[in-house]
Amino acid sequence: MSDELTALRDELESAVLAADSLDALEDVRVRALGRRGAVTELMKSLGRAAPGERRERGQALNRLKQAVGDAIDARKAALAEVELERRLAEERIDITLPVRPAPEGSLHPISQTIDEITQIFGEMGFRWAEGPDIEDDWHNFTALNIPPEHPARQEMDTFYLAGEAGARPVLRTHTSPVQIRTMLETPPPLRVIVPGRTYRSDHDATHSPMFHQVEGLAIDRAIHMGHLKGCLIAFCRAFFGVADLPVRFRPSHFPFTEPSAEVDIGCTREGGQLRIGAGGDWLEILGSGMVHPKVIANCGLDPEEWQGFAFGMGIERIAMLKYGIPDLRTMYDSDLRWLRHYGFRPLDIPDLIAEAAE
Amino acid sequence: MKFTFSWLKDHLDTEATLDEVCEALTMLGLEVDGVEDRARDLKSFTVARVLSAEPHPQADRLRVCQVDTGAEEVQVVCGAPNARTGMMGVFAPSGSWIPGTGLTLKKTAIRGVESNGMLLSERELGVSDEHEGIVELPGDTPLGAPYARVAGLDDPVIEIGLTPNRSDCAGIRGIARDLAARGLGALKGVPGWGESVPGAFESPVAVRLELGDRPEACPLFAGRYIRGVSNGPSPKWVQDRLSAVGLRPISALVDITNYFTMDMGRPLHVFDADRLEGDVVVRMGRDGEEIAALDGRSYTADPEMVLICDEAKGNAFGGIIGGEATGCTEETVNVFVESALFDPLRTAATGRRLGVLSDARYRFERGVDPTSAVAGMEAATRMILDFCGGEASLPVVAGDVPEWRRRYRFRPERVGSLGGVAVPAARCVEILRALGFEAGDEDGGLSVAPPPWRPDILGEADLVEEVLRVHGFEHIPVADFPAPTVLPAPALTRAASRAAVLRRALAAHGMAEAVTFSFMPARWAALFGGGEAALRLDNPISSDLDCMRPSILPNLLDAARRNADGGRTAGALFEVGPVFRPGAAAIEPYGQLQAACGVRWGETVRHWSERSRPVDALDAKADALAALRALAAPVDKLRVSADAPAWFHPGRSGALRLGAVALAHFGELHPRVLQALDASGPMAAFEAFPDAVPVPRAKAGGKLRPALARSAFQPVERDFAFVVAEEVEAGSVLRAVLGADRKLIADAAVFDVYRGKGIEPGAKSLAVAVTLQPQDATLTDADLEAASARIVAAVAKATGAVLRG
Repeated sequence: MSDELTALRDELESAVLAADSLDALEDVRVRALGRRGAVTELMKSLGRAAPGERRERGQALNRLKQAVGDAIDARKAALAEVELERRLAEERIDITLPVRPAPEGSLHPISQTIDEITQIFGEMGFRWAEGPDIEDDWHNFTALNIPPEHPARQEMDTFYLAGEAGARPVLRTHTSPVQIRTMLETPPPLRVIVPGRTYRSDHDATHSPMFHQVEGLAIDRAIHMGHLKGCLIAFCRAFFGVADLPVRFRPSHFPFTEPSAEVDIGCTREGGQLRIGAGGDWLEILGSGMVHPKVIANCGLDPEEWQGFAFGMGIERIAMLKYGIPDLRTMYDSDLRWLRHYGFRPLDIPDLIAEAAE
Repeated sequence: MKFTFSWLKDHLDTEATLDEVCEALTMLGLEVDGVEDRARDLKSFTVARVLSAEPHPQADRLRVCQVDTGAEEVQVVCGAPNARTGMMGVFAPSGSWIPGTGLTLKKTAIRGVESNGMLLSERELGVSDEHEGIVELPGDTPLGAPYARVAGLDDPVIEIGLTPNRSDCAGIRGIARDLAARGLGALKGVPGWGESVPGAFESPVAVRLELGDRPEACPLFAGRYIRGVSNGPSPKWVQDRLSAVGLRPISALVDITNYFTMDMGRPLHVFDADRLEGDVVVRMGRDGEEIAALDGRSYTADPEMVLICDEAKGNAFGGIIGGEATGCTEETVNVFVESALFDPLRTAATGRRLGVLSDARYRFERGVDPTSAVAGMEAATRMILDFCGGEASLPVVAGDVPEWRRRYRFRPERVGSLGGVAVPAARCVEILRALGFEAGDEDGGLSVAPPPWRPDILGEADLVEEVLRVHGFEHIPVADFPAPTVLPAPALTRAASRAAVLRRALAAHGMAEAVTFSFMPARWAALFGGGEAALRLDNPISSDLDCMRPSILPNLLDAARRNADGGRTAGALFEVGPVFRPGAAAIEPYGQLQAACGVRWGETVRHWSERSRPVDALDAKADALAALRALAAPVDKLRVSADAPAWFHPGRSGALRLGAVALAHFGELHPRVLQALDASGPMAAFEAFPDAVPVPRAKAGGKLRPALARSAFQPVERDFAFVVAEEVEAGSVLRAVLGADRKLIADAAVFDVYRGKGIEPGAKSLAVAVTLQPQDATLTDADLEAASARIVAAVAKATGAVLRG
């Protein structure tokens, strides 16, 4: 390359590097490679060159053009990169700003507990059964072997609706009448659980005039108390999530079961803190027993052929024990702070096949 | 039921410890509610003798005592004024815990003199407030003996919770019998029980049962006249036992009746015979008849109550409580002993009506051994003669012991088939006999007769329970109880699983689930279409909870108000539960159906990205739609009608209907309703009715989905601005748009509502984005023009709209 062309190349390359914007770079390109650009003009003048030099000069000019073009492309890419960096820097936002609101609600611990109970007993083949909250005397008492004179029937325990004496409807005092309805409607063998609202005329720190119970009933030809124990021990351990939870059955009395057993679970009260598990102390959590032959007969079944067990427990009570809820009455207060604190996330679906998410 | 360990040992010969007895009681079904064992706190304190008491060299008021504890001689510095040489006191060694101060004693030096323990005052022992000096014991008190034993405080008090069937254990005798059957010792005899006391004369007082057509009210009355008694305090051992179980000692005559009540479960009464007018008459009460009772209160009888009377007046409520006028006093000389039998049901009813909870009622309403009436009268007579002297008449007995004998067939194999643990027949018989039952063979099984003190035994299942509880529930082997099929059938009914999904959907939709009472004030119910007389409670717990709810709304509105009053000025609550609307559903007579209800109150969240605004009817509409979607309702097919019930704002509410059936209501609340609930807006609510949502018809293909039809051609979106009169509803415009070409128009959405400049007053502009989805070919300009013209024409025809210029 002649000195002349070398000088031109150096000059143009300097100009390219000096261009500090795409516009300035374009100016350089036009000056060098545009229609009247320096390189273009030199190419045009090639025809005037001596024939002996023409080929060599042509090659030199092409190299010059290529070099300048490459320099411009390189510079363009560099400038674009700078430009992008600048734009991105400008586009920065405050990522610590709170997100747009999408408030999540919560599930009441009673509902959650019912779902948990359903899961566990569902695995054992129990199905839901339901019945009305307003019951007649026969289903709530008589059929369950609770005679008319029984103290439970007195006003001190039972809510009555307006009606004729002796035929007043009652707010069911337990979920047990659904035992009767089930046995009357469904031929055995059967296994049902009955979660639902129950009502008793009592209102103080540990009693609410409305509360929830879950009733269980299993009827077949050869169900005995060993099965009752197996079923309820499995339930207690699964529900409280304590694999070695001690469970004690002790004799008791209910009009509708014979024999009857109260069920206690192990706990400790060390340091004033109640903890469910092995620990030498006991906590009563449910009542159970073999369905009384009279109750079976009252449902039109032959107690010599059919037998089984029944149990009932307070849903609030086991929820309070499991989740450490200190006061029964707060369950029904609808205080948002309480509902958020003791409530459950909508997708906390109890599931025996999955580890809990938390 | 309370008793002491030593009293129990009157009936039970046992080596068992207190803990073993308590464990056995609980496992027999006699649940131990509590044990009070004062000896536990006093166990380190012993009887000691003060060998010498010299003045302290450094302190005038202190003495240095040399104390013989029986085991050793120790030096104790004592500040009590009565500490002196030779006295017997109570010694606490170093290291023992002092109940009265709560402190643990340390070996110490007091003003330079070593002190190794303490001589205690009653206050320090925790037995009284006496602190004038240290305890002084009689000189013959055995040296080194435990103080608790010397003071009679070493007898633990056990309290059991009796189930209503176990009347026999309302006496210590019955408790001992159960324990003996379980192998904790041998049941002793009761000296003198069942023996008769000779009478010296004919009773001047006779007994007549005048019960008319209610002879069962008091079938038996055994009595005895005793003359010349002298009533004073009962012996200390009787007083100690009664005090320990919570009964105040009164006088020998009264204490004797209480003693047999506790000991044998046999209530008794003693009248001052000189205050009786003529014979004893047992009759039903008369309306308005008043008796001043022994508890110092006056009670009114009625014709359903049994009274023990004389010829002139009523003197006692039979089986419940005696009367003041004929009660025994210190001056009583001649007495008449009553040992009767009363009907359990009538006793319970009378006791409830009178509001009296007495030891007699507690036993009679559970059922007292009918054979104990005469035996109790004889035993009480013997004890009165022993404690108070006097001379007994011949017995007076009216009525008969009612028949109590009965037999049941008992198959010992039922213990295995019902109870789950096989107990050999011989062992069953052994257990039953130990409990007082007679058992004999009878064609292949056993014939068992319960004893008179077990009125609760009424069949074979009861006998199985007796054997099981004595054998021990803990010996029933745990049997597996798996589902009858490998995969259990679904546990939830369709209604229940819908409700479960609904709850979680509403929670996911931002609402907190509440659980409120099924009852509410009738005035609230009336505001929400309820309050019928048939749904009023006869005996509400308060007038605010006197009516079954026709809607959950009032409870939630009230909860919203309470939250807002507490500073939680915005929020959202929901509840799924029963409501009672007779006639609304033919489920059962009280119209119980399930409802889902939600309330939002206050302003939407204040946030940098959007302006906050009061919650409104359309928030409630969104909640209602979320609920219905969760219930699998066909939300695309719903019609919105402006006819929500009267508790909603008439201009800001609506119903979501499928055909004519309202699946939900939503809207802002009527201001009058809010005012009646003391609530103030803004509040918006919905109520949805899961039972009204139809169950989708089973499809021929089952769960198979139809093939997916995807158009190969680009959809086109076109915007239209329609100017319509203010009263034209957006729903009408959208319906007209969609109806203009059902094949081509895939979607239509309102993206702006404009009023103001450029639009005449009384009109509004609705901007609608229409999505056109060609199926067969790409849309040409001509196709688009034609479709737009059809849309504009359809909307104009339906609503009178014109395109905005």
